Amino acid sequence: MSVYETFKKSFWGPTIAWKRLFTKPVTIRVPKVYREAAPRYRGFHVNDWELCSGCSTCSKVCPTDAIKMVPVDITVEPGKKAQRPAIDYGRCTFCAMCVDICTTGSLNMTREYIHISDDPNTFFFLPDETGIHHNNPPLGYQRDENSDLLDLERVEMEELPGEDRVDSFIEFVKGYSREQAIVEASRCVDCELCIDVCPANMDIPRYIESVYRDNTTEGVDWIYKTNPLPGVCGRVCTHKCETVCSIGHRGEPVAIRWLKRYIIDQESTEDIIRHAKEEIVKKSTGKVAIIGAGPSGLAAAYYLALMGYSITIFESKALPGGVMRYGIPRYRLPDEALDKDIEVIKALGVEIKCNTTVGKDITLDELKEKYDAVFLGTGFTTGRSTRVPGTDHKNVLMALPLLEKIRDYLRDPENAEKPPIPASLIVIGGGNVAMDVARSVARLQKMEGKKINVKVTSLESMEEMPADLEEIVEGKEEGIMFFPSRGPKEVVIKDGKIVGLKTVACTRVFDEEGRFNPQFDESDVTIIEGEMIVEAIGQAPDYSYLPEELSEKLEFVRGRLLVNEKGQTSIPWLFAGGDIVHGPDIIHGVADGHKAAIGIDEFLRNKEG
Amino acid sequence: MSKEVKLFLGPNHPGMHGNSSVHLYVEGDTVVKSRLVPGFLHRGFEKLMERRTWMQNLALIPRICVPEPDINEMVYAMAIETLTGIEVPEKAHWIRMIILELARIAAHLMAMGGIGGATGLYTMPYWVMPDRDRILDIFEKITGARIYHMYIIPGGVRKDLPQGIEKDILEVLDYIESRSDEYENLLLKHRVIRTRTKGLGVLTREEALEMGVTGVGLRATGLPYDIRKVDPYARYDKVEFEVPTATEGDGYARFTLKYLELQQSIRIIRQCIDMMPKEGPVNVRFSRGSALRFRVPAGSVYAHVESSRGEYGYFVVSDGGEKPYRIHVRGASYPQGLYGVENKLPGTRIEDVALWLGTMDFCSPEIDR
Repeated sequence: MSVYETFKKSFWGPTIAWKRLFTKPVTIRVPKVYREAAPRYRGFHVNDWELCSGCSTCSKVCPTDAIKMVPVDITVEPGKKAQRPAIDYGRCTFCAMCVDICTTGSLNMTREYIHISDDPNTFFFLPDETGIHHNNPPLGYQRDENSDLLDLERVEMEELPGEDRVDSFIEFVKGYSREQAIVEASRCVDCELCIDVCPANMDIPRYIESVYRDNTTEGVDWIYKTNPLPGVCGRVCTHKCETVCSIGHRGEPVAIRWLKRYIIDQESTEDIIRHAKEEIVKKSTGKVAIIGAGPSGLAAAYYLALMGYSITIFESKALPGGVMRYGIPRYRLPDEALDKDIEVIKALGVEIKCNTTVGKDITLDELKEKYDAVFLGTGFTTGRSTRVPGTDHKNVLMALPLLEKIRDYLRDPENAEKPPIPASLIVIGGGNVAMDVARSVARLQKMEGKKINVKVTSLESMEEMPADLEEIVEGKEEGIMFFPSRGPKEVVIKDGKIVGLKTVACTRVFDEEGRFNPQFDESDVTIIEGEMIVEAIGQAPDYSYLPEELSEKLEFVRGRLLVNEKGQTSIPWLFAGGDIVHGPDIIHGVADGHKAAIGIDEFLRNKEG
Repeated sequence: MSKEVKLFLGPNHPGMHGNSSVHLYVEGDTVVKSRLVPGFLHRGFEKLMERRTWMQNLALIPRICVPEPDINEMVYAMAIETLTGIEVPEKAHWIRMIILELARIAAHLMAMGGIGGATGLYTMPYWVMPDRDRILDIFEKITGARIYHMYIIPGGVRKDLPQGIEKDILEVLDYIESRSDEYENLLLKHRVIRTRTKGLGVLTREEALEMGVTGVGLRATGLPYDIRKVDPYARYDKVEFEVPTATEGDGYARFTLKYLELQQSIRIIRQCIDMMPKEGPVNVRFSRGSALRFRVPAGSVYAHVESSRGEYGYFVVSDGGEKPYRIHVRGASYPQGLYGVENKLPGTRIEDVALWLGTMDFCSPEIDR
């Protein structure tokens, strides 16, 4: 049938509309008649300033550059920036991608859609919770799991399960494969919140981007700009960067530490040395002595060597590395990773004199005579004791000497002294060192064929423990028993042997002002059974190498040396950094070493001038 | 012998179908030569797409075709899904079909209103635009926006349907069906309309094929070419519908087919609501990572769908990066809009030019992309 026949011509056709001649037209008089928008409506934006971190991810995803980050006058805390998104409604397409990608969930869209104004400036709007007209509009479009534009789940790191890893000191974290690293790197939104909180101000987004682009060579260059110990930090850094990672607000933060490790593990030592040598910026003259081959000393040596100075490090131990070599267990930080970092530093001409104790083999005064500047990076080398009755027993040990003994033994079982391996151990302390002792002894017990019997007791509750969460979780997986919120009272000794530790309940560790001020419930007494006790409640510096006349000139605050922002002490030629300035933290040591290198360079150039 | 006069139709003219201009050279009241002058709407979509990430393009592509923006989202998503090899969840297929067919109805209604307007029958646009608005209400409820929905995304759809929306959709379909008699009487049975459109802009099958005309332009020559039938996507192979054809190849045949297709779209949506799974995912992520770093594997693909104006396709080339390497848009009204204006418009009387453009489905953004 012809389509002409489908609808036959109608005589009344033209008049069909007349029947509606008197029908009231549908007219909406905007804005006098308000039409309620649908619950999902993508109207004007609102932003919760308390929640917003100023990460600028909304601005980056905006297809039309309608979002600009505007500086605002607010108090900034770590992980936040003093800027908030402003929307240009002359450009906005109301696509809601900013809502779908918002890392904190602070940015939302409302059902408000009418804005009439003669002033074009009112269309550029810094949204807050009250909306464009400050009338607290109802929310419209909401992000859900389907529309979320972030990947909230971290690429799982392959590691040996607890029962398999506890009978050896082999590094149990396997590291990312190429594919895994690229996927993990693709989660980064380049917000740069991590840079501010990293003590070394590492340009984290840039090296993560290099992983994403499968160019680890470039990643090495970015890392070495601020950190010459990436093999170490890629494994055992306290990763403050991950704490503030914007993805962490709603999901798991980007595995920044593992990505750093991935970059360094991909590149050979020779290649890294070649990159490092390309970075040599100038040829300066002068000699600098560094005391201690720990994180701060090695970092200072690296950057001073790049500037062309002649560097000698004096290290009392047989091998360089300090706490990295002798404190951190091998299953977390194998010697090979540390050696790789140190090889690069040595390749720049840095001389490391091991088995040389300043104050004994050579005095500080002699160093002052022979060198133009001296950097102190001696770290925290002595342990603190609880001093409860019985701690003078020979089976009450300090954490650091025991860890050193274990590492020496594992390095050379034939010649080194075997560490004590008790049938049952009590560790006092809730920090990372306590975890290191507990997990190391548990391994030794297992390797000896004994049953794992290690107990950790701490003043802090499980939630308050200063140790990294992963250390606690992994410790539990390995069979460590925890006795939190208990204060040591007395070492229980029978017939000259330790049989346990008497503890009382700790009801509070910190007072209202956040100061360390533990309170105990003396009626709640428990004896934790064990035949050996290790105290791991903190470490302290040893300044015995400082001559008295120098000590008097130096300023100390709570046992730490006071230095300026360039690491310079009150004695101009003496610089310091690391634990003795900032407390035990490798990345702080690296940052201090870098800053001190800049300070020493300035000092020596001014001296020459 | 009459003098040849040059007239400018558009870009700002009520008879012009979008922001393009046609230069008409007329002798008396008959067009003897015509030239399309694009560029008034030029937004460089294809080049802009190469400078935006895969996800950012979702806000750009619907703007290529304002009356029916969802087809852009669909072909873009289909192209990426082919390159990534991802399987779209079952429910998402059905939701996509509902969205596409609703958009098709809205576009057909708008086109019918345009034909009414071009003939001076302004009652038709006054009627169809509020009726079309009811469909936009549905879009607002589902997607959060009335025109640029940004709802169909690679991997599925952006959100699940809101609770109870099926009832609202069926109510709107019932309403539009209830208006059928009035549409027919006012437009299809209208003596003036019939007189003015019969024999207008006759396109033979050979000419249509040679120019690359698809959609009602080709189907009005008797060839039932419809992508939904010849290369089914989503779940079009699971629903029953007909592809109306005609043999006359003129203006009246073309907009009659539009009206008949509108009925078929209503039929398809009813089946979709019946057959759509009640539960299940509506989206699969095609790539891990943040939207800023989505990547599409290297390769090239041509994805095409049936739009209200014919075959609408994207040729997408990816070099494996975060942005498309090249995207070429095959606008459905490109052949008749460009070649047709220059080759077939001559011979038309001035008062029929706007009607010719309307029945030919001339859509400026598709040409001027």
